[in-house]
Amino acid sequence: MNPTDNHYPSGEFFRKSLNIRYRIASIWQGIFFSALLIAMLSLAALLYNVVDGAFGYVAFEYKNDPAEFTAKPLNDLSRQELLDLLKNKLSSGAYKKLDNEKPMGSRSKSVLYTLVLERLIQIDTKQNWSMTDSILRGSEIKAEVAQKYPKAKLEFRSWLTPVFLTTPMSSKAEFAGVRTAILGSLWMVGIAILFALPIGTGAAIYLQEYATKNFLNRIIQTNINNLAGVPSIVYGMLGLAIFVRAFEPFTSGSMFGITDSNGRTILSAGLTMGVLVLPLIIINGQEAIKAVPDSLRQAAYGLGATRWQTIWHHVLPNALPGILTGSILAVSRAIGETAPLIVVGASTFISIDPSGPFSKFTALPIQIYQWTTRAQSEFHSIAASAIIVLLVLLLTLNATAVIIRNRVQRKY
Amino acid sequence: MKNTLMENKNFRPLDLKKKIRPGESVIQSLLFISGVLSIFITVAIVYELGKEALLFFNNPDVTLAKFLGTTRWQPGIGLFGIWPLVTSTLITSAIAIFVSLPLGLAAALFLSEYATLKARSALKPILEVLAGIPTVVYGYFALLFMTPLLQSIFGEGVEVYNMASAGIVMGIMILPLIASMSEDALSAVPRSLREAAYAMGATKFETSMQVVLPASLSGVGAALIIGISRAVGETMIVAIAAGSGPNFTFNPFKAAETMTGHIARISGGDLSYNSIDYTSLFAVALMLFLVTLVLNLVSQVVVERFREKYE
Amino acid sequence: MQNNETPQYAIETKDLSIFYGAFKAVNEVNMKLEKQKVTAIIGPSGCGKSTLLRSINRMNDFVPSSYVTGELLMHGQNLYGSNIDPVEVRRSIGMVFQKPNPFPKSIFENIAWGARINGFKGNMDELVEQSLRAAALWEEVKDVLKKSAYELSGGQQQRLCIARTIAIQPEIILMDEPASALDPISTLRIEELMQELKKNYTIIIVTHNMQQAARVSDYTAMMMLDKEGSRSGTVIEFSETKKIFTNPKDKRTEDYVTGRFG
Repeated sequence: MNPTDNHYPSGEFFRKSLNIRYRIASIWQGIFFSALLIAMLSLAALLYNVVDGAFGYVAFEYKNDPAEFTAKPLNDLSRQELLDLLKNKLSSGAYKKLDNEKPMGSRSKSVLYTLVLERLIQIDTKQNWSMTDSILRGSEIKAEVAQKYPKAKLEFRSWLTPVFLTTPMSSKAEFAGVRTAILGSLWMVGIAILFALPIGTGAAIYLQEYATKNFLNRIIQTNINNLAGVPSIVYGMLGLAIFVRAFEPFTSGSMFGITDSNGRTILSAGLTMGVLVLPLIIINGQEAIKAVPDSLRQAAYGLGATRWQTIWHHVLPNALPGILTGSILAVSRAIGETAPLIVVGASTFISIDPSGPFSKFTALPIQIYQWTTRAQSEFHSIAASAIIVLLVLLLTLNATAVIIRNRVQRKY
Repeated sequence: MKNTLMENKNFRPLDLKKKIRPGESVIQSLLFISGVLSIFITVAIVYELGKEALLFFNNPDVTLAKFLGTTRWQPGIGLFGIWPLVTSTLITSAIAIFVSLPLGLAAALFLSEYATLKARSALKPILEVLAGIPTVVYGYFALLFMTPLLQSIFGEGVEVYNMASAGIVMGIMILPLIASMSEDALSAVPRSLREAAYAMGATKFETSMQVVLPASLSGVGAALIIGISRAVGETMIVAIAAGSGPNFTFNPFKAAETMTGHIARISGGDLSYNSIDYTSLFAVALMLFLVTLVLNLVSQVVVERFREKYE
Repeated sequence: MQNNETPQYAIETKDLSIFYGAFKAVNEVNMKLEKQKVTAIIGPSGCGKSTLLRSINRMNDFVPSSYVTGELLMHGQNLYGSNIDPVEVRRSIGMVFQKPNPFPKSIFENIAWGARINGFKGNMDELVEQSLRAAALWEEVKDVLKKSAYELSGGQQQRLCIARTIAIQPEIILMDEPASALDPISTLRIEELMQELKKNYTIIIVTHNMQQAARVSDYTAMMMLDKEGSRSGTVIEFSETKKIFTNPKDKRTEDYVTGRFG
């Protein structure tokens, strides 16, 4: 039979159509790659957008002339002189309030200096520009400012400074820092992990080592998988209804004698976050335990070990790196979540450091949210700075997780 | 030689009789309680949301007709039409899926079918970073980058708060999720299927699209459903960029608050426990919970039912 | 539990059948295994050798659907009786597995751990040394006891597993194809070790290597599917090794040991 007596194209015709097919294939390969390109570009755009907002020219004026308050230049005043200045020139009510939050005598010089600037001199930001604008249109901006705001000073400022990290919240963007927010986040995450890690690991051990394949255990497993997909704001509603409202005597501390608070405390926020990350810790723990080879368990049982002896001495130690990595991922998640905290009642303005689980609280993402939604662009700048702080924090956490995963591979 | 080994008295005496080990029982009970706690959480969610939602619907002013039939939502002044919140959620989610599904799938196809090992190790981290960025940061990006961008492209019609901005950025956020789930599904297709196609003279593209992708459809389907679920439940991006008031509109360039954004805004303000505002929030939250629950369950069923058996 | 006479048999089975759910893996085995002798269980794959072995120290209990009918007696006591503690059973019957599975700990700790959980209160260093000597491993590792067990060769790891088993002084040692993952030289050393160990322990070994069974064992149990088309295995012949290999009673045994099948 003649091989060309078939219905498939052959020879020149086949080669031509093959080339077309190859061209189509490489076009599509390019299209698929461009999806990744778009992802890369988006990431770059986002990071650029954030950095762009955190640095730039600021045109600002002093509301009150420093000369009204002191003959010496502000920078030359001693700590005691600054303290006296505040005592004399601030209204007694305002001074008392500050003193109640934290005794004025115990505040540092730089803090007092900032207070003088903030409360007495008062700064009025006229306009600020993004980093790109500042770099590309520098001279234009200078001319514009000279014209529109003749009395204003123009300086290239980094809104993200070390001071930014240690300054508490303020209603003025120029003086606000993320210290209260960072502390609040740390407290909240601490409580969340304290709650979720033991319970989550315990549940993971139960499901992997003890549970038989019966109906109840399958329901538990499906349930956990579903909880991992519940929107975070629903967890916020749960926290509101249960921790803030129903458990108020506990979370407000009134059970323990604290009288001036309500359920919207760090404790409520921490517990809510703990419930949110619990499914993640359980699922991750299950994976870590599953990865321990069964031969180890068999060896232990063969020597006459009980189930818990085997788990405690062999399964858990070998699953530990995985469990640790999972906890760090849970911490990252908890630090970045905003919606549940809004619902549970993060304070809109709080400038004193949290003193315990029954304090009112704010958190880093909450600050970012609040500052981003303000109209004035200087608040956008400090939002950008806070975002950088948050991203650096998360990067460190995740890098630690990777290091742990690689290093603590059982040395044996 | 047994004589030279330690004598038996150094060990706990052997006793074959059944023992009660109280420590083991206590530990097992504690672990069981930890496991069952997760069920309590779900029960608590359903109970609390249901209880308050019931209070809302039992309010004489609230009728099903108003709820499903009118298009203004302002419980404080007696308007109970849920549609503005729902359409906003649907539109922002649809835009998000429209962005993330093709891009995510394309990325997954590239990573699983074309990328060399070196390329993969360079490209996958980018997706992982995108996945790890907190949503509030995406919200900032949507408001201060995407909206001005859309305004410069489409001009005056784009409001400062608009659904398109939020939707597109949500899509970027969900892209890594769809990409990684799809990639898992694609990688699970055995090499032997691909090799059979190559052996018949198919190009890589033809193999990917006509053999591998169809075989992994259940996994991709699950990825899609989970992506929808994420988009529906997302709060911060829409709270910051989509709008701060319910608005019944189909124009994506206009401001319209979603279900999640609404909950965030109202609960962030002054809220008294027995007001209609409070109970209405729970009604909205209950809807949200049920929708995402159904979506998640469906995705699990999809994976089970339509999984091609490879044997 | 004291008996008046020292029983001659370490393990006795009476109509022992082993099930996984509805599937009968092993069908009504009756055998008497003598103390301080090596008994080999041989046969083609898939006829329940490992299942039978693992039923002796109740390792099958970890398969949720597994259960037995009939009796398995040690010292006249049915190990599957309702008042028997399986944990203690596994203490008195040791097991060495096909693939060496030392713990990810030091050589010393591998042996010490088992002793400790069984309440050992004597001199641990002495116990470790004597266990390693009994397993013919002491000379090779005596200076490096703190090293990880994973740094040993396959054959050494298997001897370590034997050492940790005998450290807790079982009466019976089960071995599930102990040398199949090892090279020929290590295999030989394990076989020599078995001859030493049987002076003090009863050894029951599953092997698919007929020559090995002929070399090391005193008694042999031949397992095969109980009839055509069945999936249940049973012991079709049990007697002294010499007799099984030179003058088997059952034709199927003869076919197997002469290599005609299997």
